[in-house]
Parts: sequence; structure tokens; C-alpha cells
Amino acid sequence: MLSYAIKRIGLAFLILFVVMLGLFSMVFVVPGDPAGVALGPRASPELRAQLTERMGLDQPLHVQVANFFANAARGDLGYDVWSRRPVLEMILDVFPNTLILGLVSLGWALVLGVALGCVAVVWRGTFVDRLLGVLSVSMIAVPSFVIALYSLLIFSVWLGWLPAIGAGEKGDIGSQIRALILPSFAIGITWVGYLARLVRASMLEVLAAEHIRMARSFGLSERRVVLTYALRLALIPTVAVLAMGLGSILSSAVFVEAVFSRPGIGTLATNAVSNRNYPVVMGTVLFMTAFYLFVVTAADLVIARLDPRVRDVLRS
Amino acid sequence: MSLLEVTDLSLTYASDGVVVEALRDVSLTVEAGEVVGIVGESGSGKSTLAAVLNGLLPDNARITKGAVRIEGTDLLTLPEAGRRRLRGPGVAMVLQDPMQAFNPVLTIGRQLVDFQHHLKDLSRADKAARAEAMLAEVGISDPAACLRRFPHELSGGMRQRAAIAAALLLTPRLLVADEPTTALDVTMEAQILHLLRRLRTDHAGAIVIITHHLGVVGEICDRVHVMYGGQIVEEGPVDDIHHAPAHPYTQALIACDPAAIPGRAARLPTIPGRPPPLRRPVPKGCAFAPRCPAALPQCRTEAPPRVVLGPRRSALCHRVSP
Repeated sequence: MLSYAIKRIGLAFLILFVVMLGLFSMVFVVPGDPAGVALGPRASPELRAQLTERMGLDQPLHVQVANFFANAARGDLGYDVWSRRPVLEMILDVFPNTLILGLVSLGWALVLGVALGCVAVVWRGTFVDRLLGVLSVSMIAVPSFVIALYSLLIFSVWLGWLPAIGAGEKGDIGSQIRALILPSFAIGITWVGYLARLVRASMLEVLAAEHIRMARSFGLSERRVVLTYALRLALIPTVAVLAMGLGSILSSAVFVEAVFSRPGIGTLATNAVSNRNYPVVMGTVLFMTAFYLFVVTAADLVIARLDPRVRDVLRS
Repeated sequence: MSLLEVTDLSLTYASDGVVVEALRDVSLTVEAGEVVGIVGESGSGKSTLAAVLNGLLPDNARITKGAVRIEGTDLLTLPEAGRRRLRGPGVAMVLQDPMQAFNPVLTIGRQLVDFQHHLKDLSRADKAARAEAMLAEVGISDPAACLRRFPHELSGGMRQRAAIAAALLLTPRLLVADEPTTALDVTMEAQILHLLRRLRTDHAGAIVIITHHLGVVGEICDRVHVMYGGQIVEEGPVDDIHHAPAHPYTQALIACDPAAIPGRAARLPTIPGRPPPLRRPVPKGCAFAPRCPAALPQCRTEAPPRVVLGPRRSALCHRVSP
């Protein structure tokens, strides 16, 4: 288990390294010199030289690469080109908003998705099952920013029930929760459908297994069979998907935060891209990647705990 | 009163508008202390019969006729809760595939303890101790360690022993073993048969062994029922079935047993033709007639009579006379 953990974590760092290389070359691959693009066509050559120097672009390439990695290792993601604030500080400022949005979205989606999946299993083959099937697929098919736009229109603009923009007043939990409802609805609804389908499929597969027949043949109650003998197995694929889900939720957060003008890592990244604020772009992408890798690696380790077969394959 | 009494049982499976008659007028009795074999090829209905005995039929199965009584209690009219109480202490199953029989994410010990849920007075520690003793009895050399293991950490033979131990823990009145040795290699099969033979003497309840392998039946059974096309085509004591089979199907089965073929055969004998179609409407006449070397014209048009050849000995055939 320990050597597996070390291997998984090592792999995560390797991926991070590759992503960093990619990010770094982005600055050179994208046409135009970053300082020139950022300042616009009418900037004076002096100003441009000044910005180039401030961004460290006048250094030789290998020095730039070395600096980039050395700084990142120390947690220094550079400075905002315009405000000169440290990028890491800017990210940490808004990241809790995004994280809460992601967790709340995934949380309610998980509860509802697993419940609907179990309902579909209990009434499998009936009208209820088919209805849930159609609903789930529709929920999966509609992109979250479309849901975001329509729910904004209906619940904020027409009905005026919920705030249209922002993350709520600082220190006022009530307003923060109200500001969370629409964005988390827009993000989570896709996952309700997805998880319901997934739980249904893996539950059906597990329930058809011979060992479930065996457990039933000993007269174990249906409740015990489903909750201890089947659900534990059926949740293994769900955990794996959930971890990836958190990653894709962070990327849908980019759109949803933009729609609701909600401060978060998504808005930060979008603004930075439109201002050609390279250090912030690189910092946010790097941060998101690192966070995502952290979650996926943690999920792999959780699965290894849940499933003794995986644990053993790893041991040998 | 017999321990198990199945009378005129008929069962159908329905899927996509096709109705298959899996069991047709099956009758069988098992007395306490007996070991009874049910032999037949794939699709003969023998595993369906096993599923009926512990009341775990698939959703598309429907019992159209008959009764299944265990010590006089009719399983088919019993409410689900009562049936559940019978599973285990009444009828315990040893399933076909030991590789799949245990839940892969729970230890053997956890499962053996859970399976004793009928014994309300015992603590979990008591149940674990019983499980350990039973594992030792079925020949597992380090039972305490076995309890802590996960199923995938045991060999196939060990898993089948653990499955038999699980069934015996409840001292069932009827032990149903569905193809208990099919998934095992030859040496494991011999050991499991040896174990089952020992159980005959130690175990007070009756054992029903379902198999496609006549050799297994000869090793341990007192009586045999031969199934074909959802019917019991012949029944009788194991010696009679082996040495004086009455039904042409039984004769063909015995002729096909590789162990019975003297010397080297260039080709192993088979029964020509295919298993009978059981879709409704099932053809009139004897199900075996199309493959039968001794078929008479009436075999194809008239259902064969059940010819009683002696006490608990009968055959379903036009050719047989008492």
C-alpha cells in the first residue's frame, strides 16, 4: 500500500511537471510577444522593454525555465503584470469560492444521483426506471452554462427570487447560501443524471453476481444485501468518477462563474486571458492542475482502501 | 412426512413474448438422511429446480402448477418472510462457481458470521468461533487465518470448502449442491467428493446434488433422478441406474461417460442431435424422441407414460414395460 501510494504520488508529480512545461511553452507558441500583445499596438518601445523585463522575458530561455520551476517549487507563481500582486495570493483569495461551489454542486448531485440510481434499480424495467433514464440523459446532455443562463433568467430576472450575481455578502451566511443556489444547480444537474446512470448500472451488475445470490440464499434481509453486500461494491466506480467529476466541475465553474459574475478561480482565469496577463493564466492553470491531480490521486488511494483486490494487486 | 416433497411442479420463463417450459410435471421426494442426485445436461431444468428449492427464482420465472413442501410446509404459498427464515436452516445452497460465491470486498469471516444471522442468541465472537471450527472440519488447515482472508486470497478448492462450511454452519435440513465440482480441477473434485461423502455420515440432513456428471452421482448418491427437457425421465437407486438403465436417454448418458469407455476410442461417443426446444408450444410426444435410437412412431405423437418399475423406480418412456 505504501509503495503504491508513493508510486501514485510520484506519477502525479510527473504529470504536473509535463503540464508545467506545456504551460511554459504556451507563452512562446502563442503568436506575438506577450508584452506587446498586453500593451497593445500603440505602446512605446520603452514601455514594452520595461514590461518585457518585468516579466523576465529578456532572460535566456534556460534561465527562464529554471526560474519558473524554482519559483513554482517555492510556491511563488509570479506577480500580476498590472497590479503586481502575487498570483498565489490572488488565487488563494478566490479559490475557496470555487471550491465551495464545486463541493456543494457535487454534494447535492451525489445525494440525489445515488438516490435516483437506487430508485431506478428497485423499480427496474418499469415506467419509473424509463422516465428516470430519459431525465438523466437530458440532464447530462444540456451544458451547464445553458442551464446557468436560463436559470438566471427565470429565477433572478423574471421571478426575482435569487440574486443574479456575486457570491453574497462577506460574513452573511444567508446571502452566501442564496448566491450559491443557482450556480451549484447549474453545475450539479449534469452530475445528477450521470451519477444516477452510473449507480444504476453498477448496482445492477453487482446484484446479478453469484455472491449476491449466495447472500440471499442464506436468508439475509434484502436491506442487508443491498446496503452491505452490494452498495460497497457498486460505489467503487462511483468514487473514481467523482474524483474526475471534481476536475470537470472546476472547468464548468469557469463558465458558470462568468455567467453569474461570481468571484472565483474561473473568473480570475477568464479575466487574465482577456488581459493577456500571462503569470495569472499560468498560475491559475497550474493551481487547478495541481489540485485536480491531488484529488484524483487521493481517490485512487481511497479505492485501494475500499477494494481489497486492488490493494493486493498493488502489494505484489 | 418426507423432508422434501415436490409434486407435479411446472415452471415457465417468459422473455420478449417467448415462453419456455423449464420444468414439466416434476415430482420428487427426498427423505431425511438421503443423498439424491439430479443428473441432466445443460438446459434440462436441473438448476431451475435448485433455484425453486431455495425460492430464489429470476423475476421472469412463473410456477404454473404443483407444490414444493419442506417438512410439510408449502414453499410456494409461504410469504416472503417465512421463506427467508427457511433459507439457511431449512435449505442451504452450495453454488456452482466457488470463484464467485463470496463477496469480494468482505472477509470470509465476516460473511460466515453474517450468514449465521438466524442464530440470534450467539454473539459475533461465538459465530466466528463456530465458523472457525467448521472450516477446520471441511479440511482447511489454518481456519483462523482463513477467516481473516478475502475470497480472492483463497484457491478455488478452498473457496468451495468454505462455501460448503458456510452451508453446514446452519445445520440445514436439506443441503442443495448445484454442480459443486464443475468449476474445479480433477484432484480438487476428488477431494470435494470425498468431503461430501464424509458429510453423508456426519450430517443428519439430506443432500441433493445437481450435476451433469454421472460419475459424481455414482460416488456418493443413494438415488438418482435423470432430467431431460424439463422432465424427470427416469428415477431409481444409483446401482439400478448405472447397471440397468431403462430410459434410452439414461443409456446414452452412461455410454457417453468417458470413464466408462474401455481402452482408447478414436472418437468419444456423443448423443446425436440437440437438446429439445422448450419454447411453447412444446412438441407433442416424447422430448427425447428426435434423438432416440429406439423411437417408435407413437413416441413422436403421444406423451410417454410414467412406467413404474418398482418402489421409487420409474421411467418416462413408451418402450419400457414394467
